[in-house]
Amino acid sequence: MADSVLRLTGIRKSYQSGDSQLAVLHGIDLNLARGEFAALIGPSGSGKSTLLNLIGLLDRPSDGHLYIDGEETSGLPEATITRLRGRRIGFVFQHHLLIPAFTALENVMMPLLVDRGRPDATMRARAAELLAGVGLAERADYPASKLSGGQQQRVAIARALAMRPALVLADEPTGNLDTHTADDIFALLREVNLREGTTFLIVTHDPRLAARCDRIVELVDGQIVSDRANATG
Amino acid sequence: MHPWLPFEWIAATRFLREGRTQSLLIIVGVGVGVSVIVFMSALLSGLQANLVKRTLSSQAHLVILPPEDVARPQVSGDGALVQKQAQRLRSIDQWQALRARLETLPEVAAVSPVASGPAFAVRGDANKSITLIGIEPAAYVKVVELDQKMVAGQLRVNAGEAVIGIELARDLGASLGDKLRINAGSGATDTLTIVGLFDLGNKAANARNVYVGLRAAQSLLDLVGGVAQLDLALRDMYQAEILAQRLHAETGLVADSWIKTNAQFFTALTSQRVSSNVIRFFVALSAAFGIASVLVVSVVQRAREIGILRAMGASQGQVLRTFLLQGGIVGFLGSLLGSLLAALFLALWRSLAVNADGTPMFMIEVPGSLVLIAAVGATLVGVLAALMPARRAASLDPVVAIRG
Repeated sequence: MADSVLRLTGIRKSYQSGDSQLAVLHGIDLNLARGEFAALIGPSGSGKSTLLNLIGLLDRPSDGHLYIDGEETSGLPEATITRLRGRRIGFVFQHHLLIPAFTALENVMMPLLVDRGRPDATMRARAAELLAGVGLAERADYPASKLSGGQQQRVAIARALAMRPALVLADEPTGNLDTHTADDIFALLREVNLREGTTFLIVTHDPRLAARCDRIVELVDGQIVSDRANATG
Repeated sequence: MHPWLPFEWIAATRFLREGRTQSLLIIVGVGVGVSVIVFMSALLSGLQANLVKRTLSSQAHLVILPPEDVARPQVSGDGALVQKQAQRLRSIDQWQALRARLETLPEVAAVSPVASGPAFAVRGDANKSITLIGIEPAAYVKVVELDQKMVAGQLRVNAGEAVIGIELARDLGASLGDKLRINAGSGATDTLTIVGLFDLGNKAANARNVYVGLRAAQSLLDLVGGVAQLDLALRDMYQAEILAQRLHAETGLVADSWIKTNAQFFTALTSQRVSSNVIRFFVALSAAFGIASVLVVSVVQRAREIGILRAMGASQGQVLRTFLLQGGIVGFLGSLLGSLLAALFLALWRSLAVNADGTPMFMIEVPGSLVLIAAVGATLVGVLAALMPARRAASLDPVVAIRG
């Protein structure tokens, strides 16, 4: 399993709800190899977001083991988890979530900046290269708040790639965009996947988009009910 | 984005700049608070310096006197009725040696031997009770700036010469060059020429004090070779009482500090200082609450941004420091604005508080050290005020924050 980017074994998550335990995930086993382009689908309330938060190291499982790049994460202290999250995982959210006080270029630099503490020339060069890669070279010095929705999502994708993460988690990355822009964004994710060999796990409601992924994992009621390769991807 | 600044500085300044109106309002708020504190401090220290100067310029900081005579009854017990001893004028034992020793103390700036006692000044039919004060002028002016108080003639007390106050000169109808006859209590008399008139700014002192040479006073008061007291000037006048108690314990002599002899005045000074400290404390407190409330709102507004920063790998410490810095920056900028405002207030004050002849009533300035203290203090208050909101920001759960 040397080339496993993400491995989950027996992952459970339950929340305390009043006096009773509310179980959301009931034993998830999942393995993502390097370079995979996978979709995670399922109805609302199936536990997709909870699973994504666990994989993104934003939350901790109640039980089970979670390996990122072969490294066991349960039991790691908070500071180590934070660093691991920053370096190995990139996030693309539905609501773009750029930091409006900074320019497009600075937003792309941000993961490098929080990791190294101070800005330097190599960061700027890397961010410029990434922005060019998503077709926004000429918008580098625009304040993030002045960009259109599609442009903001492109900046967010460039930002997610800044640390050359092993895994990019995309939560409804096209959910807030019109169909045409959504197609462009999806194509961009795919292009990055093929060009850089970055592993993607994309949560989506949209069956049309899921159909364009290599693999579709379906979650229902906190359990994986189907996990199939997708020939048309 | 300056290359040498760490992430926390960059984020803090950007966040402050982005929330322009809020930041500006709170900086002005802090500025007004700091200006009140700086203005009040400058005004108060100016007023106090002025008061102290006017009240104490004719007094020594510390006076050493011979020990009091006490009755030593030869029988003791309940039956013995002991009358208190009358206090006679006498010299400090071995005052030259004591003077030499006092001059070596680090707290002491100057020592002046004084032979003083009661006498009458007689001129024609007029007869006034006076305090005859024998001095060494060179030493005495270091304790009481008598040379600065001369209004006519000069401060000179060679044999046969005396310097008197303007009030006494008026009472006796005497002026420079006139003769004055001094009758001391011991019966000794001397005739002196008035060579100088002084104004100590105190009517009683102007009417009673007659300065003569140390030797002339010694022979008139029957204190040949002796002095009735040693007057001390100290480097820090507020240490007077502590030194007085120490000297009394060491030598057995009576040591009176200006703090004890002007107890009411000193209490007034102290309570003025205490009440101004209370006001300063509450002004600082309200500025701190202002900073804290603005930052609390900012943390709520930026919850998503904080969440995304945490998702990108920003540590809790980085988020904490980003918000602490915002508090510090607001405090620092507010203190600069406040010092500027205080300087303006003082300029206004100076133009309003003038004497009849247009000269300023007393000098008040904003000293550089006060600006520095205000800057450091306001920055610290800002950081402290930011502590609660910053901790709240650092402990935000990124999952909750991102979901919004």
